[in-house]
Amino acid sequence: MSRMLAAVAGVALTSGAVALFPRSILVFLLFQGSLLYAYVAPIPGRLRAALIGVSLLVLMPVIGTYNGYYMEVATQVGIFVALALGLNIVVGLAGLLDLGYVAFFAVGAYSWAIFGSPHGNVLFGGGFPLPAWWFYPFLVVGLVVAAGTGILLGLPVLRLRGDYLAIVTLGFGEVIRVLANNLDKPINVTNGPRGITPISRPPLPLEVSYSIGFYFLVLLIVVVVILVNRRLEDSHIGRAWEAMREDQLAAQVMGVPLVRAKLLAFACGASFAGVMGVVFSAKQVFINPESFTFLESIGVLAMVILGGMGSIPGAIVGATVVTVLNLQVLKGLSLWLNELKNAGVTILGYNLAGLPTQLEPAKYERMIFGLILVLMMIFRPQGIFPARRRQRELGDR
Amino acid sequence: MTALFAAESVTKHFGGLTAVNKVTFTLDDGIASIIGPNGAGKTTLFNVFTGLYRPDEGSVSFRGQPLVGLRPDEITALGICRTFQNIRLFANMTAAENVLVGMHARIRLGLYDVLTRGPRFTAAEHGLWQRAAALLERVGLRGKANDVARNLPYGEQRRLELARALASEPSLLLLDEPTAGMTQAEAVTLMALLRRLVGELQLAIVLIEHNMRVVMEVSDRVTVLDHGEKIAEGPPRDVQADARVIEAYLGRRASSAPRAGA
Repeated sequence: MSRMLAAVAGVALTSGAVALFPRSILVFLLFQGSLLYAYVAPIPGRLRAALIGVSLLVLMPVIGTYNGYYMEVATQVGIFVALALGLNIVVGLAGLLDLGYVAFFAVGAYSWAIFGSPHGNVLFGGGFPLPAWWFYPFLVVGLVVAAGTGILLGLPVLRLRGDYLAIVTLGFGEVIRVLANNLDKPINVTNGPRGITPISRPPLPLEVSYSIGFYFLVLLIVVVVILVNRRLEDSHIGRAWEAMREDQLAAQVMGVPLVRAKLLAFACGASFAGVMGVVFSAKQVFINPESFTFLESIGVLAMVILGGMGSIPGAIVGATVVTVLNLQVLKGLSLWLNELKNAGVTILGYNLAGLPTQLEPAKYERMIFGLILVLMMIFRPQGIFPARRRQRELGDR
Repeated sequence: MTALFAAESVTKHFGGLTAVNKVTFTLDDGIASIIGPNGAGKTTLFNVFTGLYRPDEGSVSFRGQPLVGLRPDEITALGICRTFQNIRLFANMTAAENVLVGMHARIRLGLYDVLTRGPRFTAAEHGLWQRAAALLERVGLRGKANDVARNLPYGEQRRLELARALASEPSLLLLDEPTAGMTQAEAVTLMALLRRLVGELQLAIVLIEHNMRVVMEVSDRVTVLDHGEKIAEGPPRDVQADARVIEAYLGRRASSAPRAGA
């Protein structure tokens, strides 16, 4: 009972506080923390669904009207949740370590970028950009193209496992990025490092500001992705993937066709990234190969591992935590440290203003992120939200 | 009439070592045991039967269909399943899930069914879980369905492996040392279970076994391998008395001359 009260009060109070202090990152973090608590706490499922639903459908957009940047954060979180869920299938369930996952994201992004921008004219003559509503069919195109790319990657690596697979997928990710970087000649497909812009944004049927409408679009896609993920996991397909992860040989002897199961895992994982790639390119209006570096793949992998491998709630929480950490906490921290430095604050008798430029607080971001990962792996290697086995009442379901 | 299972002069080399040399083995029904000293090639033979190894020579057929060149999962779908000498369960999955994976070859649902989760899927999935529960009960693991395989005691893991193999509805079951690490009483119980299964499920079983009491009691026929070659075959009693078998197990009297391939 007290937990239920705490969850409700937490969400209510913190969302109110955000409205009062729309500029305070700390208050916004508290709001996110209360959401996380509602998600994790042992409260009745209906209350949880209601709290999360109200928060995401009503409170978050309202908060967005106070501070537009929070809408951007929420949208990015949504994109990365879908990416983490996709990678979770490949790495977490099927146990295939994929270090080039961002390649599929890139493939999806470029498929809309080329056709949804004037750049299409360079390739096909005239008639581009396609009308903006084409964005919606292109969600499917992105999905199909990325799934196809996933199979294309899967085929040559079928026999590889573990470290070898990791290296090949890493190389694959780089190949896609380098292709994007250099395919401006002889035929200008990607426009090279200059990138493609302006990419059309989809028309939204809602009478709200564009960023809020876009947030709802991403939210809808994420809900579909989560649903698909849960259905896959709780079926013979998901069980075959997990069996493959546990013992590939035994799985095959028990009747799991390894080739098909692996290709399906690669294709499913890639398809989520493909869809989100289309969304991403429309959101950014501009994309270039810089958005699809190896570091992005590692980032998504960190989300999956941090959340808990093979766990859907884990992937969601991991993606949220890492994205918020990147966009808000670390940025906020380095801004704050910079302010201290500029104000010439003295700590332990040392004046921060005298700090050499090499030690500028803004440069600590990555270091702190790495430190968090290291500490996490030491103290909670199974992740924030490790996969729990489904408990079933047998016989009388 | 073709035999249920027939292997004709199967040979398998590993580099210079001939692990299995021209072994012929057929089985129509009942329980056949394959025995032999360590390194005799028993498990290699199983690996050839289940498609994990491709034989260098010879043929293997099941109900008249040649198996050489088929993948392990295809062979399982035809109706041959096995357990492993060193238990190979899906350690982090529950007992029920282990059994469900065993049913994979029998599931006729596609990606579409999984994603739409229609009545066909729900009914099928419900049936699968029911059958898993029944199989677990059969091997004496009632109430353990939700236990993670890794946490089960050794004897129960062996029985879970048996349930998982049965889940694929095999006509031929290959058991690689199913009683290893069990007490005599446990082994006897397991053998009684195997006997029942043969009767109830029209199942033929091949056992690799070291426990001689078990072998002699339960087998209809015994095949003895030594250094990759079949040295004896027949009813348990005859094999027990065979001079070459005794020699293989106890060594030749007053002989220390090493043999080729030893």
